[in-house]
Amino acid sequence: MSRVLLSHGAGGREMAELIRRVFLASYGPPGFTGDDSAALALEAGPLAFTTDSFVVDPIFFPGGDIGRLAVAGTVNDLLTAAARPLALSASFILEEGLPLSTLTEIATSMAETARESGVAIVTGDTKVVPRGSADQIFITTSGVGQIVRPGVSGAGLRPGDRLILTGSIGDHGMAVLLAREGLLAGEDIVSDAAPLTEIVLRLLESGCELHAMRDPTRGGIAAVLNEMARQSGVCVEIEESLVPVKPGVAAACEALGLDVFQVANEGKMLIAVPAREAEAALALVRQCRYGEQAQLIGEVKSAPAGRVQLLTRLGTTRFLAPPSGELLPRIC
Amino acid sequence: MKFLKDFQNPLLVRETARRLEGLASAPAIIMEVCGTHTMSVARFGLKSLLPPTVRLVSGPGCPVCVTAQEDIDAFLALGRFPGVILASFGDMMRVPGSEASLESCRAEGADVRVVYAPLEAVDLARQTPHKDVVFWGVGFETTMPATALAIQAAARSGVLNFSVFCHHKTMPPALRALLAGGELKVSGLLLPGHVSTIIGVDVFRFIPEQFHVPCAVTGFEPLDILLGIESVLRQRQEGKALVDNAYGRAVKTPANPRAQSLLKEVFEPQDAVWRGLGKIPGSGVKIREKYAPFDASNRFREIIAAVPPARTRACRCGEVLRGVLAPSDCPLFRAGCDPSQPQGPCMVSREGACAAAFRFEP
Repeated sequence: MSRVLLSHGAGGREMAELIRRVFLASYGPPGFTGDDSAALALEAGPLAFTTDSFVVDPIFFPGGDIGRLAVAGTVNDLLTAAARPLALSASFILEEGLPLSTLTEIATSMAETARESGVAIVTGDTKVVPRGSADQIFITTSGVGQIVRPGVSGAGLRPGDRLILTGSIGDHGMAVLLAREGLLAGEDIVSDAAPLTEIVLRLLESGCELHAMRDPTRGGIAAVLNEMARQSGVCVEIEESLVPVKPGVAAACEALGLDVFQVANEGKMLIAVPAREAEAALALVRQCRYGEQAQLIGEVKSAPAGRVQLLTRLGTTRFLAPPSGELLPRIC
Repeated sequence: MKFLKDFQNPLLVRETARRLEGLASAPAIIMEVCGTHTMSVARFGLKSLLPPTVRLVSGPGCPVCVTAQEDIDAFLALGRFPGVILASFGDMMRVPGSEASLESCRAEGADVRVVYAPLEAVDLARQTPHKDVVFWGVGFETTMPATALAIQAAARSGVLNFSVFCHHKTMPPALRALLAGGELKVSGLLLPGHVSTIIGVDVFRFIPEQFHVPCAVTGFEPLDILLGIESVLRQRQEGKALVDNAYGRAVKTPANPRAQSLLKEVFEPQDAVWRGLGKIPGSGVKIREKYAPFDASNRFREIIAAVPPARTRACRCGEVLRGVLAPSDCPLFRAGCDPSQPQGPCMVSREGACAAAFRFEP
């Protein structure tokens, strides 16, 4: 058995064998029963529930792979609701002929990322489609989390809030694009795919007041800042010189004519806090593994409502528009 | 990168902007001819640095924007022909023709591939010997040499299933037509820096000589653009009109001889239809007889001839492209026309005046 066969998705003995050898072996949860549903023990209180599909091409890229992305992406979405991630599901659509070693490598990466995130993958599904009907592997993860602090939402920005960005932007999008197109080989551009559990849970545990959190994935921080400004009915003002961009990413964007504010991230969080909490929150974020480069990048104003303003390095002001169109397909 | 950063240096930029004050006592309308200028002006918020008397208007230098609607319709018609793969620069994907765009045709089943360079389309043709790969040659003198190289490469290695749907355009005849039209009153022109790296500076001398309009060949960083503006304002103040090269680090006065001989070898001038400007004598190029097998307009003559005339749209991109209408004065701007549902090409292209105004300006 070295490749995925159609029979691996047929529900019979081959499928049970695949689940045992690949998925249970890498991330089988403690007390796995083999039933059709997982039973979760929860505290009382509201739950966060989210889902995301992953179709990234190529499936391995500098700094990560589709499995790490699938776990970190859903974990980060739970975290934006100020929730402690509890359990994930993982469903796979596999193309007939996918090497089992590839699948195992991806499952192992998912296991490591789940461990790092403090979450268990407790249920899942596997389908195999004939060669050519899908491209290698597509993964859907769903997740539930226990909401620790109700009311944290993209609509929570208030005038006077400060915005923390947990690190440099554009790393994931450029890493995947360059890997796929074979461009600018030798540039040191690595995806930032990572679960941000430590950053968010430590902020929550510190008692710091949090107004909004978002992870800027597809569409970059331009998309997310515009969403938050619209949802909250406020103006977000950010300062270009304060937004960290790695030199290689900046150069690649310049060369390809891309706007780094619109390029995807997979391990960053935008966090809005009241001004009085800003410095302490920033210091805390910077102590965390994926937050060393965090910066305060701007603040929230009341007008013009629903817009994002960028103070450029030249001291001029312009709007930062949400992206539109197909910027970079299959980036996550 | 460091070199580039110098041309974004805030101190130098502000110092140059201050010098403009003394040159702008009278109102000035300056046209930035190139779409990349438009984009750069908007992206860096440069309008806010200019004296209030200086107004920038966008010109016809966005290749996506000036592509005639009937040419878009014809290219889409080729894609409906079985066995054809359309290859195009990504910028063209969403430009609306009369009924459809490349993006919507792809969703309906046409085989459309985005390429970064024309040579990629030749490779694609090599890999798909049973298909006809048609590359859409658009752009000005800056992209023409790459298309010429692709045609030569296909000819050299006998890749006979590759052809070019050639709608390249040349800048000087368009500027002549625009100025001769008399509709546009400008105090100066910022000439396209990248185009000038290919065709040199002297080909634009007819502008000051015949139309008495000061010109500056201008680069694309904030400081470049301000230096271009300074040059034309200073010429005006001194009562002069000439073609100043304000982009000396990239542009040499004579044309690039290698590029010129390449273009001459592969292309010959012909009339072309520009959206918004109409048919302009000698403003397009045709693939020479020697390379006729690679000319899609020969190979698919019947299909192209059968394409119905373009349907007129309510959009006023034509006036925007002639610099006589500001994007925000178009009745469709933000009212039914935006980047997610563009009614005209100026809203589609990253370099379009409307898209730049929509994205970056209040």
